[in-house]
Amino acid sequence: MNLRGRRKMVNRIALGLSLVAMSFGLFWLCWILYTVFHLGLGGLSLDLFTKMTPPPGSPGGLMNAIVGSLVMVGLATLIGTPIGVMAGVYLSEYGQRTALGFSTRFINDILLSAPSIVIGLFIYAVYVAQVGKFSAMAGVLALALIVIPVVVRTTENMLLLIPNSLREAAFALGAPKWIVISRVTVRSAKAGIVTGVLLAVARISGETAPLLFTALSNQFWSLNLNEPMANLPVTIFKFAMSPFTDWQQLAWAGVFLITMGVLALNVAARAFFSEQTKS
Amino acid sequence: MHLPRKRKSSAFGDVLFFNVSRAFAALVLVTLAGIIVSLCYGAWPSIERFGPAFLIGSDWNPPAERFGALIPMYGTLITSIIALLIAVPVSFGIGLFLTELSPVWLRRPLGIAIELLAGIPSIVYGMWGLLVFAPIVSEYLQPFLTGTLGTIPGIGALFRGPPLGIGLLTAGIILAIMIIPFIASVMRDVFEVTPRMLKESAFGLGATTWEVVWCIVLPYTKVGVIGGIILGLGRALGETMAVTFVIGNNNVLDTISLYAPGNSITSALANEFAEAGEGMYSAALVELGLILFLITFVVLSLSKILLLRLAGHEGAQT
Amino acid sequence: MTEPRIPAAPEVQLSIRGLSFYYGNYQALKNITMDVYKARVTAFIGPSGCGKSTLLRALNRMYALYPEQRAEGKLLLDGKNLLDSDIDLNDLRARIGMVFQKPTPFPMSIYENIAFGVRLHESLTRAQMDDRVEWALRKAALWDEAKDKLSQSGMSLSGGQQQRLCIARGIAVHPEILLLDEPTSALDPISTAKIEELIHDLKQEFTIVIVTHNMQQAARVSDYTAYMYLGEVIEFGDTDDLFIAPKNKQTEDYITGRFG
Repeated sequence: MNLRGRRKMVNRIALGLSLVAMSFGLFWLCWILYTVFHLGLGGLSLDLFTKMTPPPGSPGGLMNAIVGSLVMVGLATLIGTPIGVMAGVYLSEYGQRTALGFSTRFINDILLSAPSIVIGLFIYAVYVAQVGKFSAMAGVLALALIVIPVVVRTTENMLLLIPNSLREAAFALGAPKWIVISRVTVRSAKAGIVTGVLLAVARISGETAPLLFTALSNQFWSLNLNEPMANLPVTIFKFAMSPFTDWQQLAWAGVFLITMGVLALNVAARAFFSEQTKS
Repeated sequence: MHLPRKRKSSAFGDVLFFNVSRAFAALVLVTLAGIIVSLCYGAWPSIERFGPAFLIGSDWNPPAERFGALIPMYGTLITSIIALLIAVPVSFGIGLFLTELSPVWLRRPLGIAIELLAGIPSIVYGMWGLLVFAPIVSEYLQPFLTGTLGTIPGIGALFRGPPLGIGLLTAGIILAIMIIPFIASVMRDVFEVTPRMLKESAFGLGATTWEVVWCIVLPYTKVGVIGGIILGLGRALGETMAVTFVIGNNNVLDTISLYAPGNSITSALANEFAEAGEGMYSAALVELGLILFLITFVVLSLSKILLLRLAGHEGAQT
Repeated sequence: MTEPRIPAAPEVQLSIRGLSFYYGNYQALKNITMDVYKARVTAFIGPSGCGKSTLLRALNRMYALYPEQRAEGKLLLDGKNLLDSDIDLNDLRARIGMVFQKPTPFPMSIYENIAFGVRLHESLTRAQMDDRVEWALRKAALWDEAKDKLSQSGMSLSGGQQQRLCIARGIAVHPEILLLDEPTSALDPISTAKIEELIHDLKQEFTIVIVTHNMQQAARVSDYTAYMYLGEVIEFGDTDDLFIAPKNKQTEDYITGRFG
């Protein structure tokens, strides 16, 4: 074969392999989603939302775990979002070139990918060990610490996209800096920031590791933040690892709920962002 | 027509707003310092008692209070290496496909699909791995590998042993699936920063798509590609739930077979910490966490520095 | 369009005395001295990079947002030097408004865009605010087009309407001086004509300084013109005189198109 033919063949093979790689990636996504649907849909019933987690061998649902997850994710988002937005504002509007800005940006990106189980250990050390018991509040704090870096990163990125002329226009009216930032700059970046928060919510909704030794879990109904609280991820972990088929069945239903929730949040965040930035 | 102006306490608002935002930015740094300090403090009894021998000890015996980190560290390392071996070529292929081969209208949906793979919670991977994937591994994949790779002298030993399904190999494969989206999206992003002119001049010389990618795009984006791979490594090292489900949670290491059940730092923590209570057992586990955090810290810093370098010579911000 | 001749001896509103400006080590303005007259339009013209926008942005100290930029000299308004460090920047900018090259509507309703600036400096009742918004929109010749959609986003307006909204927003604060930085460079000819007409009306009440790269525009709208080159004012005087009989050779080359 001549040189030209060989080069062409190498090209075909390489591009063919890239198609294989792409299909390989999609294959797992489809397989996992198929399993989750196939095994999870069967477990869906009204009981899932209205009954407590049962002991093995008796019927029940995931009501306490679902509510517990909603409570903890909600509170963690409420705590983490303002902190993350303000820190992002600092990075973009005040500390662009300062030492604090530089180090915060660097460390934030590391915390963004740091093992979440270590966050759990940290909260265990500074909160659970001090208070003397596992509690929902500890879980909320651990999840909030995971929300913060996500929100910081997107807030800074989105604020950097706002043209300087808009800030100058507000300054030109005699607005003090904090009003320029809060009423004009952050408001212009609202769509992007909301997207970041939605992605953060998606991220913590499925987090299990940081809850294992903070919120623990609870077989019973509890909304007391100073007690262990049931939550979906840890319940799924416990039920899936058990030898009982009815527990496994509930775990699949739980996995279905979490996966759908997380994927819906991901899709919603993207749709929201492109919708808002189009106009 | 100069009217008397209303004096608002704008100076006060400015000072307050600035300081609150700065305090929250500083909180990020305080968190990092807090993590390191609290882990060191919690691990101190174990550090004091075992010293550096902790790193090479293969004993993990809670009743006798003898602890060594070798087995969990080995498990973390081996599973991450398996994950990288699979994920890097696949991610490169996906990056190549998304930037060069895919029809334009398909790029966005495919890119989103890959990002969704990253969005699936790790507990889903774990449960799927244990109940769906592991049986298939023991039924088909392991016998197949034993019959092929297992017959090669030397490395063959890695692929021999009872096909249990759960173990280091399965954990590594699932980790690979989990980190593919992270590496692939970094690769796609850095491939896209290659200047059009550079690629077009190579095409202009008659280069094939593959030659342009291999000889122009890859060298140009080398730093970013490595940064992406290391980012994936950082993720793999710290992943907890997916590994905990399928690694087997076995603290004995008497074979080099990848089929053997083992333990990783994260799975040891996930399974044992809540029950460890106070004392040496818990301190040893915290020391494991400290080791993990320090390793991932170094790995992620390296990745960040490499990606910043690429952005720097692009003159753009990541 | 012929303008009535301006009566002689106008009143000085702002005196620029020995103004120099630096971007880091680079000196962009060199020792500029000139006056801006009350209730007149003053235009800065000159080739790109001559410092005309820099001079405009020095007048309301917009450069103070950027730490590496600084100005020296004097800008005298009511006998006070605006470059003094004890000048309150927010007050200063309420007295000297600015409109930019590209329209910059804020991400809020048309009404709120105008009320935003007013609220910063005055406490008005709802009714007073309604009056102020209407007054500003009428002044900016936008009332008829906008009165039925005051609660819609400012972004929903066309480019020319957005720029008039920005002018309305600027004058709603009741500034003494209005700075216009190439206000029509992003607009189509019809919108440009509207804005030029507006400038003509507004100079009854406001002192206007406009930067433009369009010489015809300077000739049409301004009473005084300064020709700048390489950070210096080469010639400053009555617009008609400057365009018909420039005293300086460089000015003549520029306005006749031999240079620039």
